[in-house]
Amino acid sequence: MSHNENLLEVDGLRTVFDTSEGMVRAVDGVDVTVRRGECLGVVGESGSGKSVTFSSVMGLVRSPGRIESGSIRFEGRDLTRLSPREMRAIRGRDISMTMQDALTALNPALTVGEQLSEMLDAHDEDLPARGGARRRAIRDKSVEMLRLVGIPSPDSRLDQYPHEFSGGMRQRIMIAIALAPGPKLLIADEPTTALDVTIQAQVLELISEIRARLGMSVVLITHDLGVVAEHCDRVMVMYAGQVVEEGATVDVISNPQHPYTRGLLGSIPRLSLRGKPIRPIQGQVPNLVGLPPQCRFYSRCPDRTEACLQFVEMRNVGSDRRARCIALTQEEVA
Amino acid sequence: MTSTANPLLNVENLSKVYEGRQSLANRLAGVQPFSVRAVNDVSFHVERGEVLGLIGESGCGKSTLGRAVLRLHEPTAGRVRFDGEDVTALSAGALKDMRRRMQIVFQDPYASLNPRSTVADIVGLPLRLHGLARTGAEVREKVARILERVGLNAAHLDRYPHQFSGGQRQRIGIARALISHPEFIVCDEPVSALDVSIQAQIIQLLLELKDEMGLTYLFISHDISVIGYLSDRVAVMYLGEIVEMGPTDDVLARPRHPYTQSLMSAVPDVDAPGKHQRVRLAGELPSPLDPPKGCKFHTRCPLAIDACKREAPVSEQVAPGHQVACHRLAEDLSVWETGAEAGTR
Amino acid sequence: MTSAAIHSPPVAKASGAGQTIFQRNLRQFAANRLAMASVGVVLLFVLLAIFAPFIAPHDPNETDLFRRLQPPAWQAGGEWAYLLGCDALGRDILSRIIYGSRISIFIGAAVIFVATTVGIAAGLAAGYFRGWVDVAISRLVDILLSFPYLIFAIGLMAMMGPGLVNIILALAYKEWVIPCRVVRGETLATRELEYVEAARALGASSAHIMVKEILPNILSPVIVVSTIRIAHVIILEASLSFLGLGVQPPTASWGSMVADGRAFILGAWWVSTFPGLAILLLVLAINVASQGLRDAFDPRFQE
Repeated sequence: MSHNENLLEVDGLRTVFDTSEGMVRAVDGVDVTVRRGECLGVVGESGSGKSVTFSSVMGLVRSPGRIESGSIRFEGRDLTRLSPREMRAIRGRDISMTMQDALTALNPALTVGEQLSEMLDAHDEDLPARGGARRRAIRDKSVEMLRLVGIPSPDSRLDQYPHEFSGGMRQRIMIAIALAPGPKLLIADEPTTALDVTIQAQVLELISEIRARLGMSVVLITHDLGVVAEHCDRVMVMYAGQVVEEGATVDVISNPQHPYTRGLLGSIPRLSLRGKPIRPIQGQVPNLVGLPPQCRFYSRCPDRTEACLQFVEMRNVGSDRRARCIALTQEEVA
Repeated sequence: MTSTANPLLNVENLSKVYEGRQSLANRLAGVQPFSVRAVNDVSFHVERGEVLGLIGESGCGKSTLGRAVLRLHEPTAGRVRFDGEDVTALSAGALKDMRRRMQIVFQDPYASLNPRSTVADIVGLPLRLHGLARTGAEVREKVARILERVGLNAAHLDRYPHQFSGGQRQRIGIARALISHPEFIVCDEPVSALDVSIQAQIIQLLLELKDEMGLTYLFISHDISVIGYLSDRVAVMYLGEIVEMGPTDDVLARPRHPYTQSLMSAVPDVDAPGKHQRVRLAGELPSPLDPPKGCKFHTRCPLAIDACKREAPVSEQVAPGHQVACHRLAEDLSVWETGAEAGTR
Repeated sequence: MTSAAIHSPPVAKASGAGQTIFQRNLRQFAANRLAMASVGVVLLFVLLAIFAPFIAPHDPNETDLFRRLQPPAWQAGGEWAYLLGCDALGRDILSRIIYGSRISIFIGAAVIFVATTVGIAAGLAAGYFRGWVDVAISRLVDILLSFPYLIFAIGLMAMMGPGLVNIILALAYKEWVIPCRVVRGETLATRELEYVEAARALGASSAHIMVKEILPNILSPVIVVSTIRIAHVIILEASLSFLGLGVQPPTASWGSMVADGRAFILGAWWVSTFPGLAILLLVLAINVASQGLRDAFDPRFQE
């Protein structure tokens, strides 16, 4: 599939959760493209569906949730049609995911080394077949992974348990485990939200560095537009289960097309805005149960008109730019 | 320090030490119980109508400091004067009356509201505790009025916290803090748990209420953008100590302490991605159980010299009201110029 | 994790307006059929106890020497008027079981009521004030726990003499330890929560914090534990009565009925077996019901 520069292509993904109040359309017709070697930022608030979208890609949506429709193509193969066993093989080896909370995502009863070896043992195909040679190779590779993510004296720390590491170190360890099998795509779900700024900077730089070195693609799920601005090539803004805007990071931030993106950028308090009023987006995210097929930002949009009370599709608004707003005119692109 | 004759809050040499319980077995074995100096000899003041931003990373003692000021955690040493009165010396009864005047808004809008109480009970509690309303009807009326002010309404009176979103819960917490018309509020990371668009709503609400009700804030946050946006002065904390303090424009435009400098450089910036230089601090916050000797920042400081390992620096004034505690202050260095990566561990 | 975003505010907001956590839990409990059936059995026993004089076919203490050890109705020599047969004094076993339920249920409920009240007060004080209050209460709890329950109760009964009030006291003396430990633990955890700190910041007294802020939030586990313990207390009361230290004859009590039948177990099995089955059925029903309560009310057992 070398002719295809797209590593991941999600098309019309709908993931729903059946709850006692009704069906929640958590992800409602989402398209995602991740190109080889790029870092895609996915921005949204809680309830935007950004995490569920990528849990769906990983095949990790559990009851009461289910993928209702859509295709998820990874290197041309549709992941939604794979058996659980085939999916397990892809998960970890080709695509891996790190979670926001490293403390709960790591197994407290196993040492860091054991968790790394488990991952390598299951997915690494370059290792010797069996026996002592395999064990030694796994150990060496584990040490190398910890060194890669910047953990001092990795050889001795391999035998420690997750609770013996600080928050930043645990996040690094989770990244090491995710990277151990050499995946083509790393999905990092809020990797730095739980961390202090100085540590956050370290972890994000680490991810960027490793991405450059290994040539993999990264999806960075975050609520922080600053993080996206500094680390991502392209950005996708999600709101209430839909993508509302996407494009090159620089373009989206300097010239946002969707009122939600504009609002989000306007709500970030900044030193340079001291003394001036910030313009927060009014109201809150709508309840996702039984939403009519209208623009989902309608209730909070400062520019809403009656025309917004219909289904609004994504429009091309420039080269490689798309946004979901009725006020924008569709541009013809070749 | 340029303090007026009568600041609303004056904190002098405040310390808070947490000590482990000395068990008999440990005493026999000669083991010392652990002790953590969460706040170490901190002094500052807050003027009437001012917002003092207190910034620092987790574990630096900023929340403990906020609570020690209110005597929610009993200070180990030092004095807190509120409007001239020594809060640290108040009797239990006098402290209760003082609580009407000094309030706190908490970080976690989920944990800070009693899940089994209605909004009317939660927000009306201060009225009942301080005898500010005579009848139940009066309580409800006053609660309804403050709810309207913070963006909720009377229809919410009989609902329970779990029926609200995070932002709405934070509004309930603010209503509770304000209903007794206090003069001073400790805002302990009030927006950290909220979504970006909701954060902005709450910040705006807090600023509006401050002007309307003539409030004074001690605003605690780990977010430099938030602190920079809304505070008049900032204090930067590291491992229980204030390392730099001064007018916001001064401190954030021209940070002098290497820690403040690296903190600022670590914040991702939407406006100028990648434009500013990055100081990468090596290592992490040392354990407060075993803090470094000398200057507490020396283990991570790119500018550290031998003197930093031996002696703790004394705070010096570098501009009117701008004080910094650093041995290398006189040399006027900045961590960006050295180009060195930190790491004298 | 994957659905965290889904269960957060926008949806939570929609969940049944004006519904308390308690109502939600109750609804969940009602959906558990086995537990509801058990509640039915327990209620049946309670009704039997309350309306015993109207339900029981005979006077439980009326002896009839012609009916000594008369077998149950379906065996040769039995009569339908004496469904479960008669004991060694010719008293109707069914009527005695019905009256005996009064003793079991009353003592079970009274002991748990006294023990839970004392346990909540002591546990709240220990967990909230900590320090020497906690040390004193916790040591007492440890000491009481080191005695075997039944032997402790036997000793107390021997000292105080028989009687309904004395049985309740003898059992409650130790039973309060159980809710006390639960309450102390929950209080220790709850007192650190921000809403408790918020109440302190507003100037609330210790009494207000304990009763209004902490207690309502820790009541569910206490209620669950207390229900389970009613079953234990019923067994203990039966044991005391079996040993002759419980309610004194001729008052019917399940434990003493089992004891009475011991001598005839080979020839007249019904004398011991039916009161024994009554104990079994009631205790089992209470246990299943309380298990259902725990599933519905204890957050740790919820998905």
